[in-house]
Amino acid sequence: MDYATLLQVLDSTVRLATPLLLACLAGLYSERAGIFDIGLEGKMLAAAFLSAAVAFVTGSVWLGLLAGIAASMILSIIHGLASITFRGNQLISGVAINFLASGLTVLVAQAWFAQGGRTPSLSGAGRFSPWEWPFAEAIIPVPVVGPLYNELISGHTAIVYLALAMVPISWYVLFRTRFGLRLRAVGENPAAVDTAGVSVVGLRFAAVAICGVLCGVAGAYLATSLQAGFVKEMTAGRGYIALAALIFAKWRPWYALYACLLFGFLQAIALRFQNLDLGLFTVPVEFMDALPYILTVVILAGFVGKAIPPRAGGEPYVKER
Amino acid sequence: MDKMPRWADVLLVPLISLLLAAILSALVILAIGENPVEALGYMVEGALGSTYGWGYTLYYATNFIFTGLAVAIAFHASLFNIGGEGQATLGGLGVALVCLALPWPHWTLALPAAVIGGAAFGAFWAAIPAYLQAKRGSHIVITTIMFNYIAFALIIYLLNNGLKPVGQMESSSARFPEGAALPTLHEMLAVVGIPFSKAPPVNISLFLALAAAWGVWLLLWRTPLGFEIRAFGKSEPAGRYAGISPTKIIMITMLISGGLAGLMAINTVMGEAERLVNNSVQNAGFIGIAVALMGRSHPVGILIAGLLFGFLVQGGAELAFWTSIPTELIIVIQALVILFTGALDNMVRMPVEALFSRRRLAAKAMPAE
Repeated sequence: MDYATLLQVLDSTVRLATPLLLACLAGLYSERAGIFDIGLEGKMLAAAFLSAAVAFVTGSVWLGLLAGIAASMILSIIHGLASITFRGNQLISGVAINFLASGLTVLVAQAWFAQGGRTPSLSGAGRFSPWEWPFAEAIIPVPVVGPLYNELISGHTAIVYLALAMVPISWYVLFRTRFGLRLRAVGENPAAVDTAGVSVVGLRFAAVAICGVLCGVAGAYLATSLQAGFVKEMTAGRGYIALAALIFAKWRPWYALYACLLFGFLQAIALRFQNLDLGLFTVPVEFMDALPYILTVVILAGFVGKAIPPRAGGEPYVKER
Repeated sequence: MDKMPRWADVLLVPLISLLLAAILSALVILAIGENPVEALGYMVEGALGSTYGWGYTLYYATNFIFTGLAVAIAFHASLFNIGGEGQATLGGLGVALVCLALPWPHWTLALPAAVIGGAAFGAFWAAIPAYLQAKRGSHIVITTIMFNYIAFALIIYLLNNGLKPVGQMESSSARFPEGAALPTLHEMLAVVGIPFSKAPPVNISLFLALAAAWGVWLLLWRTPLGFEIRAFGKSEPAGRYAGISPTKIIMITMLISGGLAGLMAINTVMGEAERLVNNSVQNAGFIGIAVALMGRSHPVGILIAGLLFGFLVQGGAELAFWTSIPTELIIVIQALVILFTGALDNMVRMPVEALFSRRRLAAKAMPAE
């Protein structure tokens, strides 16, 4: 693999890791507050559809982004109602949300655009355009650094940089603010937070809402940045890979970045090479597809460090015990 | 704990949930500019109006009874097996390997062997997450989700490398031998002189599913093991105190669960396709969750819920054929059923409970006057 190819693979790693990272951080807020969320996939899918639909109709990608966030938020509110207000099973609620998004997106897309469950292709202002960094063109002749700067660092869309910025921001919010301390506490020991006079329900709804916003951005990125428009089931399991990355990262923001970059890299390799010839043997593309899940199972099994979820995760909080 | 009478718990609450899901589904149909009453008419006519429609309804119902039972038995042990999809996929592989291994002379020999193959492969795929849950405490929901995706990748790989006959373009296995073909309901009913449409793939697996439902009922409510499973599911500390081994219960329950999911492949792979194709499960593993929730994890409830979902899938296919409503409508209806009977169960249950406890208080107050 020469330097130019490597840069291309790394460039597509960053692009493919972005939706994973946003969804992973979304899950991080929710699960740190004790609300399991296997509905990341559905929220991203709903956001992808509505952002593409609105961006196409209005011609503005920013309105599309807002619409995507709104779609994801509605599903988040349903999840919150089911798992916080009515103390239902959070996993079942997540399954329902994934089904709801998978069905409704195609149904509405067909009713609105009649193109077999997809939106028309987006172009121009309907998509996020790449940000060219200063001197990106001028610096190319400089060896090694020039192409690196031009290909890898410059020329991504705003959401890519936003996703990367969300990593330190999330770390700061969760580990250096009072809100973050309370949010983590509510996922470990909600009774203690309640005793301190802080609303468990309020904090958990806040976490679920943040999760909704981030999933919305992730979905909008898929439909308006990575690709040009919505197609049926376009999330293609990314919500579950994000979930895997979250466990891989043991519910920590910086590690979430590394995990998502790793899984993005695997996707980029699978996309670029199909069957990877390593000389002695060939790695089939299916193995690359399955690798994030296999790695997560290995981590979960505790053979390589132990992944311990937030203690109160998945349990509805009942005030009177 | 009896806040309300049993009939309200078993019938009233699910019916209200179902009604809410139906009302919302009707609103969805209205919102996309179609007529819900007309749509229902097409679905009833298409799924129940002929032996052709019934044949497909029963064919789908067979799948959902198997996967519903798989989810339900795990529910009884307080385990959420979301991996029915992967286990049924592996079950398909087991069934295919058995069917392709020998030139089977007759289905009476092929069926028992395929049952063992399908159940064993399905159980195997559930065994690893079960072991990790029992021994290493890894959350079974997450591991079974991961195993779904690993199963999909594995099957695609095997179909392209090894199972696909040389020279064939399409990625599927070779056709099973003639002797492995299962008798269809058409052939079986013809013996007793009842006319039934020849086209639908409904076959003897339907009766296998009924037997499985009976077997699960027998196991859960008539054997010591079933008692242990339910006791463990109600309270793990209490079960442990009573000398029930958590490892044993988790392993056995998940093996049975995976085996039941794997048996679904008898119906789809052996009964319908007669070869292994990619994505032979078609979401039946996930629909099993809705079926188990609606059927309150009881075999009788699962038979009814399985039939209802069979009706929905076949009715939805007919609906898509006759109108411009895509089949995805059925996924929305499934989602609403899961939402209302599962996640939002308390939303329906709490007002009903309040209603009954108020009536009971009133009844108690009466004689005092």
